[in-house]
Amino acid sequence: MIRILKYSFFDLMRGRWSYIYAAFYFILGYALLFLNNDVSKAVITLLNVIISLTPLIGVIFGVMYYYNSRDFTELLLAQPIKRTDIFLGQYLGLSLSLSLSLAAGLGIPFIVYGLFQSPAIFDFLSLLFTGALLTFIFVALGYNIALSFEDKIRGFGLAILTWLFLTIIYDGLFLISMMIFRDYPLDKFALGAAMFNPIDLSRILILLKLDISALLGYTGAVFEKFFGTNLGMTCALGLLSLWVILPVMRIIYKSGRKDF
Amino acid sequence: MLHYATFVFLIVFSTLLVGANKIVVSPSGEYKTVKKAIETAQPGDTVWVENGTYPEYEITVDKPVTIIGEELAIIDAQKRGYIFNITADSVSIIGLTLNNVGVSFTKDYAAIHTHNVSNFWFEGITFNNPFFAFHIERSTNGTIKNNIINGNAVLEHDSGNGIHLWHSSNIEILSNKIFQMRDGIYFEFVKHSKVIGNESKRNVRYGLHFMFSNDDEYKNNVFENNGAGVAVMFSKKIFMRNNTFQLNWGSASYGLLLKEIYDADIRENEFVQNTIGINAEGSNRVSLEKNNFMNNGWAIKFLGGCYGNKFIENNFMHNSFDVSYHGNINGNLFDKNYWSEYVGYDLDKDGIGDVPFRPVKLFSYVVNQTPETIVLLRSLFVDLINFSEKVSPVFTPDNLRDNHPLMRPVK
Repeated sequence: MIRILKYSFFDLMRGRWSYIYAAFYFILGYALLFLNNDVSKAVITLLNVIISLTPLIGVIFGVMYYYNSRDFTELLLAQPIKRTDIFLGQYLGLSLSLSLSLAAGLGIPFIVYGLFQSPAIFDFLSLLFTGALLTFIFVALGYNIALSFEDKIRGFGLAILTWLFLTIIYDGLFLISMMIFRDYPLDKFALGAAMFNPIDLSRILILLKLDISALLGYTGAVFEKFFGTNLGMTCALGLLSLWVILPVMRIIYKSGRKDF
Repeated sequence: MLHYATFVFLIVFSTLLVGANKIVVSPSGEYKTVKKAIETAQPGDTVWVENGTYPEYEITVDKPVTIIGEELAIIDAQKRGYIFNITADSVSIIGLTLNNVGVSFTKDYAAIHTHNVSNFWFEGITFNNPFFAFHIERSTNGTIKNNIINGNAVLEHDSGNGIHLWHSSNIEILSNKIFQMRDGIYFEFVKHSKVIGNESKRNVRYGLHFMFSNDDEYKNNVFENNGAGVAVMFSKKIFMRNNTFQLNWGSASYGLLLKEIYDADIRENEFVQNTIGINAEGSNRVSLEKNNFMNNGWAIKFLGGCYGNKFIENNFMHNSFDVSYHGNINGNLFDKNYWSEYVGYDLDKDGIGDVPFRPVKLFSYVVNQTPETIVLLRSLFVDLINFSEKVSPVFTPDNLRDNHPLMRPVK
């Protein structure tokens, strides 16, 4: 598996897309810092970009990489290598290279602009960490979609729909349902619904650092326990790792049974 | 420390000049209790308390004397009542340690209690577990300076205030440190008084609490991590300057609570990381200038009945919500503030943005209606609806805007 991982990883790192992706974050980070010259403010702006963009890139790259390396995968399948190793290796290679592009692209401009002297360093690191987790989750989702649909157009369509649903539509439905049922106690529902969406989960993970003072403004024992103690952080991290593990298990299950 | 030493020296020296006596209290000397020493003292005498622990309470000071404690002179009331009851003018108490005042639900036991006196001076006193530390009633022209008050309050109903003033005037409260009382400093019917350079932290209720007190001034104070922040209520002409309000977290917690306030002047204060920076209800003609609001949940929350307040040249930086507002404009004005959320441009380069800024977001309106939606803060969908509301305001007050938003923070 390690050999396949290495091969995928270096293959991707040599490819032009990793550079374009890293360069995009590099320019974005630089532009933000150049315009504000304030690391804390740039971190807040980045929050939105990372939370919506890393999932999009992750899911699209996941689908694309599977379809593009299909010939090579078939070649590998003819060799005496376990299927699990092939697919997990490819998945990890892709996720790692995307995470690396993210970290390098954003890390360099922030370090140049004095991240280490800034109190925002922990916010920034948790932002990078969340971005990496989201990459792992959405590459896995993309791989699942590609494994399930032979038709490229359907695969890409579904990938984009998944992304759109989880970033915007889900929150819209969530907000509207809360406003309709506002006469009922909603705090458990609010936290519960956020748990089912990895993007909401990672947003809350970062809110716990950036906006904790506002989150504690709501009167409610459940909220106070969730946000006021370490429970929120632990819960969000645990569920996010579950969001990585479950799709990966489905990749293993599906690839083991698939007829190539 | 040098200051204190010279002060003590001056007092001792002047008593020598006037011919007043110095009565020494010590555990092994002629006077073994402070009470006895004060009973025998003549007006103008100095009572010098040497190191040692004196288990005493209800010491009545009914003549103008100066009481000076050495560094380790401790009076321990053993939870039995007042320590000093002062009924004479011109009393000074300097440098004692006063411990364990009695707790009562019917009497406001205090370490130092004054009633109807003037010209008092209390300096450099350390209080441990006082029910009330200072209880100043109907007194005038006093100074309370450099004291340290360590309380152990947990609940509001069985704890007392650090510095409690009632019906007093011309009092100066300078550079005291107050920890874990009910209210750090409490003013009720207090006029023409000053609160300068104090630290009030971890109090169960308010760091500073003003009720019905007019023409007062507080500046250079730090209020941190108090149960509900600072409250200024039912008062007129209060001047607040250069104070720091920070880390007041909780659902009913404010940096500064303004309720029924008229003609206050609030300038150059720092509001940092509070759930609500300023909560204004029924506040009128308040002028806020050059304050910094940073990383608060809500920088300013307006409830009803606010007329003619002016926000000029303040910095609003990285708050989750800048302004939450109910009702009509009522002559409230935002002008020439710096907003970190502002995304306009400045073509003529005069430092003032060419597009007005609307500080009230749609999402802040939604959160007021349905508080649980706060979990969607900073979601992409929320940004989208905020943006569409900004383009064409429907729910948020259209005319609540800063017409001259600054491009750079006010220094």
